[in-house]
Amino acid sequence: MDFLKLTVHELRDKLRNGEITSEEIVKGYFDRLEKLEDKLDSFLTITKKEAIKEAKKIDERLKNGEKLGDLAGIPVAIKDNIVTKDIKTTCGSKILEDFIPPYNATIIEKLKSEGAIIIGKTNLDEFAMGSSTENSAYKVTKNPWDLTRVPGGSSGGSAAAVASGEVPYALGSETGGSVRQPASFCGLVGLKPTYGLISRYGLVAFASSFDQIGPFTKDVEDLAIVLNNIIGYDKMDTTSVEVEKKDYKNALKDDIKGLKIALPKEYFDEGINKEVKGKVLKAVKVLEDLGAKVDEVSLPHSDYGLATYYVLAPSEASSNLSRFDGIRYGSRVKDYDSLDELFIKTRSEGFGEEVKRRVMMGTYCLSSGYYDEYYNKAQKVRTLIKKDFDDIFKEYDVIISPTTPSLPFKIGERNDDPLAMYMSDILTVSVNIAGVPALSIPCGLIDGLPVGLQIIGKAFDEETIIKVAYNYEKNSDFILEPKMGGDINEL
Amino acid sequence: MSISKEDVKHVARLARLDFDKEDIEDFTKKFASVVDYVEKLSEVDTEGVEPTYHVHPIKNVMREDKVCKSLDRKESLRNAPDKENGYFKIPRVLD
Repeated sequence: MDFLKLTVHELRDKLRNGEITSEEIVKGYFDRLEKLEDKLDSFLTITKKEAIKEAKKIDERLKNGEKLGDLAGIPVAIKDNIVTKDIKTTCGSKILEDFIPPYNATIIEKLKSEGAIIIGKTNLDEFAMGSSTENSAYKVTKNPWDLTRVPGGSSGGSAAAVASGEVPYALGSETGGSVRQPASFCGLVGLKPTYGLISRYGLVAFASSFDQIGPFTKDVEDLAIVLNNIIGYDKMDTTSVEVEKKDYKNALKDDIKGLKIALPKEYFDEGINKEVKGKVLKAVKVLEDLGAKVDEVSLPHSDYGLATYYVLAPSEASSNLSRFDGIRYGSRVKDYDSLDELFIKTRSEGFGEEVKRRVMMGTYCLSSGYYDEYYNKAQKVRTLIKKDFDDIFKEYDVIISPTTPSLPFKIGERNDDPLAMYMSDILTVSVNIAGVPALSIPCGLIDGLPVGLQIIGKAFDEETIIKVAYNYEKNSDFILEPKMGGDINEL
Repeated sequence: MSISKEDVKHVARLARLDFDKEDIEDFTKKFASVVDYVEKLSEVDTEGVEPTYHVHPIKNVMREDKVCKSLDRKESLRNAPDKENGYFKIPRVLD
């Protein structure tokens, strides 16, 4: 079996026509994973025994002639900030080193009821704060395309696991680009759904008005399949939205004739790597040749997206992370003389540098005397950024840009400079600020490293961005296969 | 630089964090660079613009006041670093 290339829909077909069993699939992926993990460090926890047990149950049900869904019997990996009952969930933080959740996130319940097989929890920047997966308290995940480079972040473990064929698909989460940016860096399809499409119940909160769970897949068909199974209103998440049940597979069709594409000039300016820009414009040409209409437009407040994000997201984070106090769960220091000292020491030892920086930033922006200058100001700029998108979507179906301003950078390269790290999200954060959906799809290689094309859509119009991505994928002409360094490719 | 070491100490107290003497210099420098960067928001004219706290207009979602399934006490206390007689345990706060 060529696990490096197999997609969810191919595995499903093989499973249905009896070519392979779920147990064989799961064991096959574990064999590969066990050989690769030393080099990649994608996973924090592996759940092999339980996964094989679940796979056997699926095989039994298939043998009994039961009709099962698209995800049944197929392995999935979960970012370690999504809570899993009885499976350790660390958020990549020391403060949750031994945390065993007593309940499942809604999305986990959904996957389980579909017969999906969870094979483990993936590495991330601590509490999803970062763009390289270097901020994990446990390990640094490597990019399968070049082991000296970062896989992106914060969902870098999920991205590296799928790109290297350790698992056929995975879930990550986004607050400012944490699915799209690693999807771009690892040569995958990655989606940030419309805010509210997927329940956040059980996704450990970073910035509640931004956070969304999103999938990593190898192709667009897999994206449609996975999305079908994870969306929906949840009474446990009051910010989830009731939408009409859709089959996103219906979006996998040709026809993009007359589709209107907007290219925001601010997303193609001098700060963007020239070669990256070139690949993206080449992809736009492919869509144009298929009958789409392309215009240059302006999103005038783009330049303020990152600053808005770095006020609002840390503000929400500083409030959300106050729950880590060493009382109800998480670690607690041994020595303290008072309750206050217990809080301070527990948090100071439990959080890493970037998490502290964001908690500090948020606390500062919300503090007396600064609230209006920073927090309220940023909420107003958010209105303007959202309006920029609303205005464009009155006339256009999708907005297209590069996903990231540069190629995957070297491990350690930006670690010491927070602003340089933040800059890698400059083309993704505004989407989260506006709450609209966007995906990243590979659009070529530069020096053996993947480039991502970002397709942004109207709120709750995932179908259109999936349709555009599908049409591009079918008509693009490059081959994606990570060179993981020497012998790994032979596995 | 907009932020001093004293500012950092003040905000740290509010956030229940503490920085070692040897770290505070470096932290202040990096923290100040981020604060300086977001200052650029002041360039934007937001006169008469309403804030967007949330992208969907959701307000006060209510449900019927009836007992639902919840975690039992044992499960709720399972991850507590210290507990006693079915309660979370903290150091004495009253003399």
